Amino acid sequence: MTETFYEVLRRQGITRRSFLKFCSLTATSLGLGSAAAPRIAHALENKPRTPVIWLHGLECTCCSESFIRSAHPLTKDVVLSMLSLDYDDTLMAAAGHQAEAIIEEVKKKYKGNYIVAVEGNPPLNEDGMFCIHGGRPFVEVLKETCADAKAIISWGACASYGCVQAAKPNPTRATPVHKVISGKPIINVPGCPPIAEVMTGVVTYMLTFDRIPELDRQGRPKMFYGQRIHDKCYRRGHFDAGQFAEAWDDEGSRKGYCLYKMGCKGPTTYNACSSMRWNGGVSWPVQSGHGCIGCSEDGFWDKGSFYDRVTDIKAFGVEANADTIGKAAAGTVGAAIAAHAAVTALARARQKAGESTSEKQGEN
Amino acid sequence: MLSQQDMLEAERHGRQVRSIYVYEAPVRLWHWINALAMVVLAVTGYFIGKPLPTVPGEAAENFLMGYIRFAHFAAAYIFAVGLLGRIYWAAVGNHHAKQIFKLPIFNRHWWAEVFFELRWYLFLEKTPKKYVGHNPMAQLMMFFFFTVLSVGMVFTGFALYSEGAGLGHWSDLLFGWVIPALGGSMQVHNLHRLGMWIMMTFAVVHIYAAIREDIMSRQSLISTMISGWRMFKD
Repeated sequence: MTETFYEVLRRQGITRRSFLKFCSLTATSLGLGSAAAPRIAHALENKPRTPVIWLHGLECTCCSESFIRSAHPLTKDVVLSMLSLDYDDTLMAAAGHQAEAIIEEVKKKYKGNYIVAVEGNPPLNEDGMFCIHGGRPFVEVLKETCADAKAIISWGACASYGCVQAAKPNPTRATPVHKVISGKPIINVPGCPPIAEVMTGVVTYMLTFDRIPELDRQGRPKMFYGQRIHDKCYRRGHFDAGQFAEAWDDEGSRKGYCLYKMGCKGPTTYNACSSMRWNGGVSWPVQSGHGCIGCSEDGFWDKGSFYDRVTDIKAFGVEANADTIGKAAAGTVGAAIAAHAAVTALARARQKAGESTSEKQGEN
Repeated sequence: MLSQQDMLEAERHGRQVRSIYVYEAPVRLWHWINALAMVVLAVTGYFIGKPLPTVPGEAAENFLMGYIRFAHFAAAYIFAVGLLGRIYWAAVGNHHAKQIFKLPIFNRHWWAEVFFELRWYLFLEKTPKKYVGHNPMAQLMMFFFFTVLSVGMVFTGFALYSEGAGLGHWSDLLFGWVIPALGGSMQVHNLHRLGMWIMMTFAVVHIYAAIREDIMSRQSLISTMISGWRMFKD
């Protein structure tokens, strides 16, 4: 008989009181209300533990760094206990062949009933040789491990969209997980990195309710990615009022005005930063006085400057923003019209002169 | 086909009454409402992307961006509903009302007329032809730079609107897919702005061509969009 989460936690020395606190906290962060806390507790006490394998592809480990800094140590302890029990090559004690054997074991023992969390993505060029995992291309390990999984979580912008290693010209052909794996439910949790509480929230939801959270069109959990940074930004009032910081050191900047004109990507970025904030709610980019860079959006490295709102559109190998293209087009057409009108007037004048002379000739 | 018919119509009427009823009331009304909506959309849209200088005072006392965005969304609704109404009128109105929605691209004669108009605008033809509706060149331009572009602006515009309106709003259900399809919210914002520039550039061409033809081809254009009647001066 497999252990339940609760048994694992108790064995690790977590008190029942702490356990119940965690349940309430999780219920709140998932937006489920207090009635859900006993349900979470009940699920964790009775359901057999779902194993999680955490794979690392082409990445910088910022997702793991974020994850282990989850605001409430409690959350970290609980979820990390759940996870580290199985496989995470960065965090677990085992190494080498011993570690790799765990994946095989989990695959056999929990066939179709484990979760694969992927941090980073597989590069596909040169047969995947740009990322080697235990002596083999990562893409092979990923495909094998995901083959018998129940669901897959794509951690961060790397696994969800490709992030910096997939930025143009993407020399290694780094490819997001959902373009390599098919036929499995995949949850995208973008961000560079994602917020720790969002990560623990998603894992806890899946482990306790035994189903994947409701996803939007881009495969992101609606509960955390349903709104833009802009929609919940505490500086939104200044945006609506028309009060903007126009330089990093101006009066508006000091007064905490909206950073829209400084290129803040809050209005085009779906994430929970403005409501959950970072580092235990201490702060978040906009609160620190810098605009959002849109790290949880698809291809954010290739969407022009971090410091422009009207930014470059890249097409046909040309980079220009809508305003430069528009002004050039309007200017050219305007000049062409002026020239056309002038030629028209000249031609007409000449024609009239011709007509009047011919009329005179006719009279004569 | 169309223009030949128009020519015959024009000649017949020209000799007798020297004017033809072209644009029915709903088309004329739509034209001017639409023109006004476009001006409001372009100006407010410009300032949404590149806002005006900061207003002084407390945030609670000001709502400048809010009003600009409100005007943009209100004008957008008028523009979109107007376009739907105009499509309806293309179905039930006279044959001139259908012109900007379909091109007779398989009609060789029509293409010949397009090139005739091109030569006329390039000063290669001495005398202009008269058309009851749009001339074929204008029809071609209107189709791409107004009809097709407008549909694109409505789709991208409501997709952006859905971001503020929230998941599950009708604009999200109908147009939310546009955002991932075009490569993200930032990309859609920029394309929408580029669309504005193209439309405004075309508006300049449209107004210039209308005034020029009014003078040069000895038929009424501007007053036709007010009265509905096209007058022929000779």
